[in-house]
Amino acid sequence: MDRVLINVPKQVTRGVPFEIKILVSHPMESGQRRDQMGQAIPRDIINHFVAMLDGELVLEADFFPAISANPFLSFSAVAEKSGILTLAFTDDKGEVRTETAAVTVG
Amino acid sequence: MTQTRRHVLTLLGAAAMVPPAHATPGEVETLIRALTGASPLRDGLIRLELPVLVENGNTVSMRVSVANPPSPVDSIHVFADGNPLPHVAVFRFGPRAGVPAISTRIRLATSQTVTAIACLRDGTRWRDSVELLVTLAACIE
Repeated sequence: MDRVLINVPKQVTRGVPFEIKILVSHPMESGQRRDQMGQAIPRDIINHFVAMLDGELVLEADFFPAISANPFLSFSAVAEKSGILTLAFTDDKGEVRTETAAVTVG
Repeated sequence: MTQTRRHVLTLLGAAAMVPPAHATPGEVETLIRALTGASPLRDGLIRLELPVLVENGNTVSMRVSVANPPSPVDSIHVFADGNPLPHVAVFRFGPRAGVPAISTRIRLATSQTVTAIACLRDGTRWRDSVELLVTLAACIE
């Protein structure tokens, strides 16, 4: 997980859904492939994703190897007041990567 | 014992009968039944958007959405019956979720049927399926 790009509108309207786009650079190794020596390449994917807005759940997702490399995800949220969007990615090694973005209600 | 041509051919035949290492429509059906339980599964409400003809199975744009649900959408489950694993993704929506719509990119190993199930808070279950052709499969070799 080298890079996580998060796209949130600069300003959102209270109670109106807005779109959040995420692009993560990750190989999402499916565990189905073999290397030149015929050895199975171990599975390594982001298997869990949680998006919270000020501690309240927006979206929780379970990913399987059928999600493409460098996963892209777009979903929507509703804000009543300005706050912090927290995104947590868990990979097969158990490593958790957390990213935040500010949400401004105008 | 000497290995005759007939022996070798028999062995090869047996090897070919080993079940394929991928999901089957029956497996997906079982998973969907476990998800819906006793409640009836209806077509409609949920919409699964995928290209019918896929040129590259490594990245296929997918969008699932539920338009004007009569009750909040708890979760959306996506299954692929021709991939090595039947599961694609599960999305659960929380109190801060906006429109129940998700866009992502998925892998497809072969031509198959992809199914999306929406579980609503009122207990109803909705389904949409897309049968598609994949010309270049996602690399599983």
